[in-house]
Amino acid sequence: MNRLRALLSGRELSIVVALVAVVGVTTATNPSFLSAQGIHDLFLNASIIALLAIGQTLLVITRNIDLSVGSVMGLTAYMSGQLFIADHDTPTILVVLAGMALGAACGAFNGALVAIAKVPALVVTLGTLYVFRGIDYGWASATGVHQINADQMSQGFLAFGSGSILGIPHLTLIALAALVIAAYALHNWRSGRELYAIGSNPQAARLAGIPAGKRVFTAFVVSGALVGLAGVLHASYFGTINASVGTGRELAVVAAVVVGGVAIFGGSGTVLGAVLGALLLTTITSALPILGVPAFWQRAVDGAALLLAISLDRAVMVRLAERLRKERSLRRA
Amino acid sequence: MIHQRWSGKRALLAVTSMGLAAALVAGCGGTTKDNAESGSGSGANSEKVADPNAPIKEGLQIAFLPKEIDNPYENIVDEGGIAAVTELKGTGKEVGPSDASASSQVSYINTLVQQNQDAIVIAANDPNAVAPALKDAMEKGIAVVSYDSDAAVDARQVFVNQADSESIGRSQIQMVSEQIGGKGKIAILSATPNATNQNTWIEFMKDELKKPEYKDIELVTVAYGDDDDQKSFQETQALLSSNPDLKAIVSPTTVGISAAARYISSSPYKGKVVLTGLGTPNQMRQFIKDGTVKEFALWDPEQLGYLAGYAAAALASGQITGKEGEVLKAGKLGERKIGKNGEIILGPPTTFNADNIDDYDF
Repeated sequence: MNRLRALLSGRELSIVVALVAVVGVTTATNPSFLSAQGIHDLFLNASIIALLAIGQTLLVITRNIDLSVGSVMGLTAYMSGQLFIADHDTPTILVVLAGMALGAACGAFNGALVAIAKVPALVVTLGTLYVFRGIDYGWASATGVHQINADQMSQGFLAFGSGSILGIPHLTLIALAALVIAAYALHNWRSGRELYAIGSNPQAARLAGIPAGKRVFTAFVVSGALVGLAGVLHASYFGTINASVGTGRELAVVAAVVVGGVAIFGGSGTVLGAVLGALLLTTITSALPILGVPAFWQRAVDGAALLLAISLDRAVMVRLAERLRKERSLRRA
Repeated sequence: MIHQRWSGKRALLAVTSMGLAAALVAGCGGTTKDNAESGSGSGANSEKVADPNAPIKEGLQIAFLPKEIDNPYENIVDEGGIAAVTELKGTGKEVGPSDASASSQVSYINTLVQQNQDAIVIAANDPNAVAPALKDAMEKGIAVVSYDSDAAVDARQVFVNQADSESIGRSQIQMVSEQIGGKGKIAILSATPNATNQNTWIEFMKDELKKPEYKDIELVTVAYGDDDDQKSFQETQALLSSNPDLKAIVSPTTVGISAAARYISSSPYKGKVVLTGLGTPNQMRQFIKDGTVKEFALWDPEQLGYLAGYAAAALASGQITGKEGEVLKAGKLGERKIGKNGEIILGPPTTFNADNIDDYDF
């Protein structure tokens, strides 16, 4: 029990509470929200954004950010479609690997500009947001393939996107695997701990002998590969691709990460929190129509939920800091 | 609706537009040579009287200006238009902005005016933002046709409309009623809550439902998927889970219907819930073949472009001027009468099912 509590310490716990509250209220309105199919759908909806959130967390922890994720995702999704146009029977595993490679390449481009050329990540990725999307549009224009539809992709690929093992969707299993690996690496590996050190205090980290540039570059490449994977999964899940896939996704990802308790100025937060944040936000989106919130208000409610989550989190933090301060002064006295 | 998602896209793609601008400048240099001659061909419409027997001029230069150059739907429309122009021994081309913002088309119109095109065929991003530039073009004797999304009435001569809203709305209900045997609960999955054409169609759908033959059909709700794959998915899930006895979903938007089809095809609802609406055959082929969807409808975008191409050529040649009652001869499509405010209607939507879907490729 204690271990579970430690695992769900602070921020993660408050998201779980919020999640339970949202699911509870919605289920009270409509019991089928928590049916087998309902739960299946909730996890399925959160899987792709969770993958993006895991990648983004690696970067935000180091006091960086990647705003180009939506464009990279669009580009890899479009490439998956193009692979099927080139050969209708392209093996799914090849598409997945190619998508991850392209995503990693985009990440390496971002990472090189940030880590080697020392341009702030916000500026670099804002630029590449447009560059990668431009390449995506250019590719679509040049080949004249503006939309790739379900019947142009292989059956195996589509089945991969919508299939499940023991009732758990493939996409969710992939997101869970990524979560476990990333959480383990961040928690236990030396390089994982160093990411936190870089984000807490870049100068101190460098003075302590941490190869900050190398670590940040690697974080961008790994995050890029995850985004690439998410793009391929998007293609296999939705079965319709055009050059505008993933437009605006970057903001949803940053929101999930922030709600998940990853400090936007680096140095703290967990991938578990970010994934829970993603799950919470997509669950809210799924719950709103069932709760009968008028369509015009849904976005506003989405935003309000975001603000609420952040301010609650902040209130808890302030209180905690105060208590620590008091305890410390008591001990001194 | 069909186009909302494109106009909703905000990203101004710096690189692409720079590339396009460069291409445009290059294209401009190439076509200005033969200006003077072709420009004098068409006169201002106000003083002109239509001569139904005037021959279509050869070598007409007609430009198609979509909402956005990468909009797949409008690319198909423009292909149909360019095919019509080629058929009439003219030169057709497609130019356009990389984003569908209100003012992005203005500089393209101005460039086309400078190039002295004989006609401009435009899907307006904003009816008023493009009006001054289009009026300027008409003053210089360039024929202006709008398609798909109208410009201000006095800023174009003819508007080629895909189908009238009423027949689209009513035919949706007729189609779904037939598939559920005239009885049961249905829901609508629309695009954004403020999409004008969607809302007009939905009004006509509701009106059609008032007829006695549909008394056993109940419209439970209208959901909005914002023409976004993920949102449409989630709205479909919500519709199905909050209405366990739902018989059918009608989605009059291409994004909505394909997202809903994809969800239903991989869920236990497959075969139990009817899905119909407006979609493109290529997008829906998979779901017609696996039995998720039995029948859906859409007008043929290629024919829309073809009709617009003929209208532009006929205007530029003086066959029509855009007055009500004039008759447009539109090649393989036959004749179309010009309605009020210079509106030409393509015709009722085509219905697609397992029998005919392979005859279409768009």
